[in-house]
Amino acid sequence: MSLLELRDVAGGYGPVQVLHDIDLSVDPGHVAVVLGANGAGKTTTLRAISGLIPIRGDIRFDGESIAGKGPEAVSRLGIAHVPQGRGTFSELSVEDNLRVGAVNRTDNGDIERDLKRWYEVFPRLGERRRQEAGSMSGGEQQMLALARAMMARPRLLLLDEPSLGLAPLVTRELFARLSDINRDEGLSILVVEQNANLALDIGHWGYVLETGRIAVQGPAHQLHDDEAVRQAYLGF
Amino acid sequence: MSDQPGAALEPAIGDAPLVAEPVTAARPTLWPTVPRPVLVARVVIGVAIAVAAVYAPFYFEPAMNRVLSQAIYIAIAAMGLNLLTGFNGQVSIGHGAFFGVGAFTSAILIVDHGWSYEPTIVVAALLAGGVGVLVGVPALRVRGLYLALVTLGLAVLFPRVAQKFVDGVGGVALLRPPRASFSSLIEGLDDDQWAYLLSLAILVVLFVAARNLVRGRVGRAMIAVRDQEIAATTVGVGLAGTKVATFAISAAYAGVAGSLSVMVDGIADGTNPILYFQRSIEFLVAVVIGGAATILGPAVGALLLVLLRRNTEDLIEGKEILAPAIFGAALIAIVFILPEGVVGGVRRLLARLGRRSAARAAVAAAASTPPNANDSQ
Amino acid sequence: MQLFIEQVLNGVGNGVVYGSVALALVLIFRTTGVLNFAQGEMALFSTYISWKLTTTGMPVVAAIAISMAIAFVAGALIERTLIRPMAEARSPLNVVIITLGLFLGLNSVAQLAFGTDPQRMPSPFPSGSVSLIGDARIQKDTIGLVVVLLAECLALWLLLNRTTLGLKLRAVAANPDSARLHGIRAGSMLMLGWAMSAALGAVAGSLVAAERTAFDSSLMQTILVYALAAAALGGFDSIWGAIVAGLVVGVADGLTIQYVDALDGIEVVLPLALILVVLVVMPNGLFGKRTVERV
Repeated sequence: MSLLELRDVAGGYGPVQVLHDIDLSVDPGHVAVVLGANGAGKTTTLRAISGLIPIRGDIRFDGESIAGKGPEAVSRLGIAHVPQGRGTFSELSVEDNLRVGAVNRTDNGDIERDLKRWYEVFPRLGERRRQEAGSMSGGEQQMLALARAMMARPRLLLLDEPSLGLAPLVTRELFARLSDINRDEGLSILVVEQNANLALDIGHWGYVLETGRIAVQGPAHQLHDDEAVRQAYLGF
Repeated sequence: MSDQPGAALEPAIGDAPLVAEPVTAARPTLWPTVPRPVLVARVVIGVAIAVAAVYAPFYFEPAMNRVLSQAIYIAIAAMGLNLLTGFNGQVSIGHGAFFGVGAFTSAILIVDHGWSYEPTIVVAALLAGGVGVLVGVPALRVRGLYLALVTLGLAVLFPRVAQKFVDGVGGVALLRPPRASFSSLIEGLDDDQWAYLLSLAILVVLFVAARNLVRGRVGRAMIAVRDQEIAATTVGVGLAGTKVATFAISAAYAGVAGSLSVMVDGIADGTNPILYFQRSIEFLVAVVIGGAATILGPAVGALLLVLLRRNTEDLIEGKEILAPAIFGAALIAIVFILPEGVVGGVRRLLARLGRRSAARAAVAAAASTPPNANDSQ
Repeated sequence: MQLFIEQVLNGVGNGVVYGSVALALVLIFRTTGVLNFAQGEMALFSTYISWKLTTTGMPVVAAIAISMAIAFVAGALIERTLIRPMAEARSPLNVVIITLGLFLGLNSVAQLAFGTDPQRMPSPFPSGSVSLIGDARIQKDTIGLVVVLLAECLALWLLLNRTTLGLKLRAVAANPDSARLHGIRAGSMLMLGWAMSAALGAVAGSLVAAERTAFDSSLMQTILVYALAAAALGGFDSIWGAIVAGLVVGVADGLTIQYVDALDGIEVVLPLALILVVLVVMPNGLFGKRTVERV
């Protein structure tokens, strides 16, 4: 059974409908990739899952319907959402940012252990732990956002265009970390991206959105290798 | 800040991009394009209001004329404040001080130096604008909240300074220029009617000036600075110059208003320590309930404000204490019902009606054309 | 010298008052980003409630405690019903108007409910004064106020910086949308910020009124201006800054009145000029954190 399942989801912003009949699922331990051009509805899909916009249709997490729940509730169920723009708490220190991730956990000892762990995975965060998060570079803030999301020990990670505004080298490192996390912890990930190449490399299954509908889907490596798909949709 | 209708298509940084509406493909403009019938209605209403405005002083009693004149000078000050706050994004709660500068300039020139009234208006504007530059320069370093507080300080400071440097009758900072200084320059017009019409004329001139300012290059620069300061500098908008100039202009408007108040109310009063603070609030309220970032808004707001105050004062004979409470409650209610102010709300309504009729026209047009091999979406 | 010390102590006495109200202002600002112009009048209303309770024979401390509790609930309600809709619509100007509306309304309703006669608020502190340096004396009331203020600051600091609840409050203040995505109920945090601030205001107002021989509905009006000055001076995001700045404003004001004749009658220039100078030199106040804007 899928960990996350969207059935016939439609939704948008006020009078503007963005998504139409979206059927999408994420299997446990898998990385699902959602690709598409600007305005195709990728971000909107994630917002629908997190309950940030009203939708028609059903969304099931671990078999239970979460459609209609607000973002606070969805988060508590174990879905961590790293939004576009990274959601950094600019005035707070790096360490405080990470602690916010763990804010609904009660296992204090483990929280400290997790902090140490993420400082090891992202040493630059450790170096800057007392620094104001807003003064860090885009890449550093993205690492922070990822670590912060992981501090919640989520069961599903939603990532919205993590490569946006990042240098290629940094992006590569980010995706390498993502792949590690997926492999080592079996964490399920749904990543929305414009940078199709890197995303499909770490993905298991891919969807291509076009004007709010799923145009193509299939195993990630197939999408990656298929000339026609690449030229038509992925631009590489 | 309130949304400009045209700006609704622009996503903010970090937001999901919006899919553009497929209906009436207007070129994105800064100002809403309005369908013909609405335009005609606007012109007709505009003419009707103009006629009524000019005829009013002959119809009403002097007391009412005075109230309307007060609304006019508040409208002028509010328009000036709106340039700064609505269009340039700098919040000021100190415009009462510039108003006071204008008022005392006129009063002092008349009482101590024997000037006739009308020329003092110009001096008041210049002096107030000058003080605006003085305040605007340090204001560059101070943002948002702190600016609001510093300007608050100005408004509180002003009466004290006036008390220190102005010697009125009895040593009190109060000047009452003789009535004769304000007598009508036109045969056959009573003094109160003259006061009203002069104020109205100045209001119209300043309104047109403000409108042209906002729609021109300078106005666009102001708005750019308000919306995305950093981006504005990258396209060469002179940040400091724009901000200070806006401050100065808006201060000058308040100065003119202050000068007019001396004519209308016959007094420049520095004895009340929170009077100019109250004035600042009045202007801000007029801007917000009328509609910030619309040119007409502040004027509408000023009129509403004055009428509202009069009516709450009338309503509660005997329980005057309640007046501020009712006024406060009314303010809160208005802001809830019309968050974009009156003018903003009306604009949105008209735009929506316009869109609906245009959509209906488009559907009708599509229904009447034969099916085509190359169907557009 | 004697006079100088007395003036300084006098200034401290006033400064603590300004600092107390500034603290409430800073708290609301830090947790919700709103500048609450109605802070003074909310405190006034709570002060009247405290007073009214003491007239029924209740001990002062109990009266103030109950007034704090009422203020706590009222503050939360005000945030939920009046402020939140405006804040959600992202109209900061409208929020300002609402606080101004409250400013007018609360003062007027207080006059209506409690009358316009001056009233006497009993003090929880012993009366009399204590000698400090030489012949200079300081009122026991003032010492009491200082102790209470320091305790409040400590408690707040601990709450905000050492507890999970405090972290949630700060997170919501820094980025409410992101906070929601982390499972924090932003709305509850905002209400809490207002509730605590209102309670602080209740204490400040009651103690200030007790310090004076009598109080009436004009109690908080000048204090508010000085408190705003203190809050700005201290940097709106610093708790300790609020007290220090309050003291600075109070002492500077007192010394100016005493020593600078040229400013006679316009002593209020000083705190305002002080703010202006400090802000020009340090745009985030004395203690505010530097905010770097990244595009």
